[in-house]
Amino acid sequence: MKQRILTTTLLTSAMLAGAGAVSAQEVRFMCYSDGNECEVYEDVLNRFEAENEGITVAIDVVPYQAILENLPVQLAAGTGPDIAKVTDLGGLNEYYLDLTPYVDAGYWEASFGDTLDWYRGGDDRQGIYGMHSQLTITGAFINATLFEQAGIEIPGEDATWAEWAEAARAVAEATDTPFPMAIDRSGHRVAGPAISYGAALFNEDGEAILVDDGFRAFVQQFVDWHEDGTMARDVWAGQGGATYQDAAQEFINGELVFYYSGSWQVGRMNEQVGDFFDWQVVGSPCGPAGACSGMPGGAGIVGFAQTDHPEAVAAVIDFLAQEDIYAEVTARTSNLPAHLGVAAAGVTYEGVSEGAQAALNAFAGDLPDVAPAAFAYQGYAGNRAMFGITVERVSQAIVGELTVDQAMERAAADLQAAMAETE
Amino acid sequence: MLVILNPLMRIIEIPMMALQRLLGVNRLAWVFLLPNLLLFGLFAFLPVILNLSYSLTGGDNVLLEARPYVGGRNFETLTSCSSFLDPNTCIEDKFWRAVWNTLWFVTLQVGIMVGFALLTAIILNRDIRARGFFRSVFFFPVLLSPVVVALIWKWILQREGVLNAFLDWIGIGGFNWLIDAEWAFAWTVFLSVWAHMGFYTLILLAGLQAIPRDVYEAALMDRASPWRTFRRITLPLLSPTMLVVLVLALIKGVQTFDEVYAFTGGGPGTATTFIIQYIYEEGFAGAPRLFGLAAAASLMVAIVLVVLTLIQLWINRRNVDG
Repeated sequence: MKQRILTTTLLTSAMLAGAGAVSAQEVRFMCYSDGNECEVYEDVLNRFEAENEGITVAIDVVPYQAILENLPVQLAAGTGPDIAKVTDLGGLNEYYLDLTPYVDAGYWEASFGDTLDWYRGGDDRQGIYGMHSQLTITGAFINATLFEQAGIEIPGEDATWAEWAEAARAVAEATDTPFPMAIDRSGHRVAGPAISYGAALFNEDGEAILVDDGFRAFVQQFVDWHEDGTMARDVWAGQGGATYQDAAQEFINGELVFYYSGSWQVGRMNEQVGDFFDWQVVGSPCGPAGACSGMPGGAGIVGFAQTDHPEAVAAVIDFLAQEDIYAEVTARTSNLPAHLGVAAAGVTYEGVSEGAQAALNAFAGDLPDVAPAAFAYQGYAGNRAMFGITVERVSQAIVGELTVDQAMERAAADLQAAMAETE
Repeated sequence: MLVILNPLMRIIEIPMMALQRLLGVNRLAWVFLLPNLLLFGLFAFLPVILNLSYSLTGGDNVLLEARPYVGGRNFETLTSCSSFLDPNTCIEDKFWRAVWNTLWFVTLQVGIMVGFALLTAIILNRDIRARGFFRSVFFFPVLLSPVVVALIWKWILQREGVLNAFLDWIGIGGFNWLIDAEWAFAWTVFLSVWAHMGFYTLILLAGLQAIPRDVYEAALMDRASPWRTFRRITLPLLSPTMLVVLVLALIKGVQTFDEVYAFTGGGPGTATTFIIQYIYEEGFAGAPRLFGLAAAASLMVAIVLVVLTLIQLWINRRNVDG
C-alpha cells in the first residue's frame, strides 16, 4: 500500500512537472484582425505546436484600439505579451526582441528586404526585429457603374488629382450622388497625395519636418475641396482629435464616386458591395510634383525582449516567415505579400471574386510608383506623432478654426514639441 | 445568535482591552480608522501624489523613475498665452479651446438643465394624472449608459438619421447636424440635459415634497397668487436643495467626457472637445503620450473641482447650522 501511494505521488509529481514545463513554454500572441488574420494564424500555429512539442501559442484576439493604446503601456510596464501584431512598426522598437541569433538571417534579408528596416530604430541597420505580415498600399477605389451611368470616361492611368476631382464632381452631379470624393481621416492616408504634391516630409539631414511648401500646397487643395463640396465633409469634420474615420460605408452604399483608402479594404468591398455596382482600383493619382505615390504600410509580427522564452518566440515568428506558410496565410487573408519570394511567385487568393483578385493585383502593381519619401515615412519611428498632428491640424483648417497657414504653423510647432519630448 | 456572538466578543475583548490600556481610549479610534485610511491612502491619496509627480516630469515613458524632472515646465506650457481669451495666442491652444468649450458647456448645460429640472419637478409635484408614469419617464435616461445615450442621439442626428428623415418627409430637407460646429455644440448640450435632467428632477422633487403643506394652505387662505406663492414660499424653501443641485451639476458638467466622446469625438475640429477629453488624448490616445502635460492639466481641473466641492460642503454646513 505504502509503495502504491509513493508511486502515485511520484507519477502525479512527474505529470505536474511536465505540465509546468509545457506551460513554461507558453507564448502569448496579442493579435488583431482586419479580416480573418487571427483565425488563420491560429490554424497554422496548430501545426507549429504539433511540430514543436513543448511550445504552446495562446492567441489573444484584441481590438485594434488595444494594440494602439494598451500594448505600449503594457510594454512600458513590463507586462506585455510575448508576440504581437503591430502597426507602429518602428515606434515600439525599443521593446523588440532581436531575432538575429535565432533565425537564418540570410533567408530573412533575402525574403523581407527593405521592410526589415521599418522595424529598426535609431542607427541599428542590422537587427531583425519583425516580420511584415501584410503589406498594404494606399490607393483609390472608384464606382465604375456611376461613371458608366454618367457617360463620363474614367480618367487614364497618369491622371492627376485635379483631373480625378473634376471627373468625380461631374459624375456626382450627373448621377445625383452625394459625395464626389473622400479620403480616410488618417495622417497616413493623406501622406501619399501630399508627397505627390511635393511634400518631402524630411529635410536633407533626414530629420522629420512634416510641413514644407509641397505639404502646404496639398493641404490648401484638400481644404478647398472640402469648401467646394468635392470632398465628403462628414469624414474629416465628423470627428474630433486624431480619431480615425473611413468612408468605406459611404462607398459601399453607392454614395461616393472616388474613395481613397487602401488595399486592406479589398476584402470588405468584395464581401459587401457584391453585385450592387462595379468597382475598380485605380491606384494613386499623380500630383503637380510629378509623383503618383501612395503610402506603403501594413502590419507585422514582432517578439518582445521582455519575454521569458526568446527562443520559442523566435521559433514561432520564423515559422510564420517560411515561404510556404507565408504564402498560405497571404492567400487565405487576402493581403498583399511583403515576402519577396511569395510576391515573385504570385498569389492566388482564396474565396475572392475576379474583381477582388484584379484589385489586389492593381494595388501590387502600384508598389513601384511609391516614392522613396513614402517608404522613409513609413519606416520613421515617430510617424504616428506626425500622422496624429496632420489629422488634428488639417481638420481644424477644414472646419475653419484655423487658416491653412495657422494650421501648418501649429503642425510644425507640434512636431518640434513632440520630438523634444521623446529625445 | 448571541450564543455564537458572545464567545466571539470575548475573544476580541482581550486584545482590545490590551490595546486600550496601551494606547488610551482616544488613540484607540485610530485603530478603527486604520483600514479605511489605508484604503483611502492607496486609492485616493497615492494617485494624487503620483499625478503631482507626473506633472513635474517630461518625456513619454510611463515609468515614473525613467521620466526626467522638468519642474513647472508643463504648467508653463499650459498657461503660456498672450491672451487667455484667444486660444490662438496660446502655446497649447488645444488646452484653452477645451477650457473655453467646457466653460460654455457648463454654463449652458447647468443653466438649462436646472431650469428644466425645476419646472419638471414642480409639475410632477402636482396632483396630475399618471404622475408615477411621468416620474419614471423623466428618470429613465439617467439609467442608460452614456455610450448608449450617445449612440441613440447619433443615430437620430446623423446625415441619414431619424430627424433628417422626418424633416425630409415634411418637406423641410435635412441638415448635417454633427459636422457644423455650432449645431454640434448645441446638440451636445441638449443630449447632456436630456441624459441627466431626471436625476436633478428627482432631487428637486424630494426638496419640494419636504416643504410643509400648511405653509401653502396659509398662502391660499391669504389669497396669494400662484406666482407670489412660488416666489415667496417655494423658491426660498427650496434654495438649499437648489444650491446642492447646482454644485453637483457644475462638478458633473466639468467632468463631462464619455457621452460627448462617443457622440461627436470632440469634433468638428475641437468644437466639442472638453477638458477631460483633452487630458485623455494628450495622455493616452496621442503619440507621443504626454503624461506630464495630461497630469498637469488634470491637476488644474482637480483644483477647480476641489473649489466647487468646498462650496458644496460650505453650503451643506450652513444648511445644517441654519
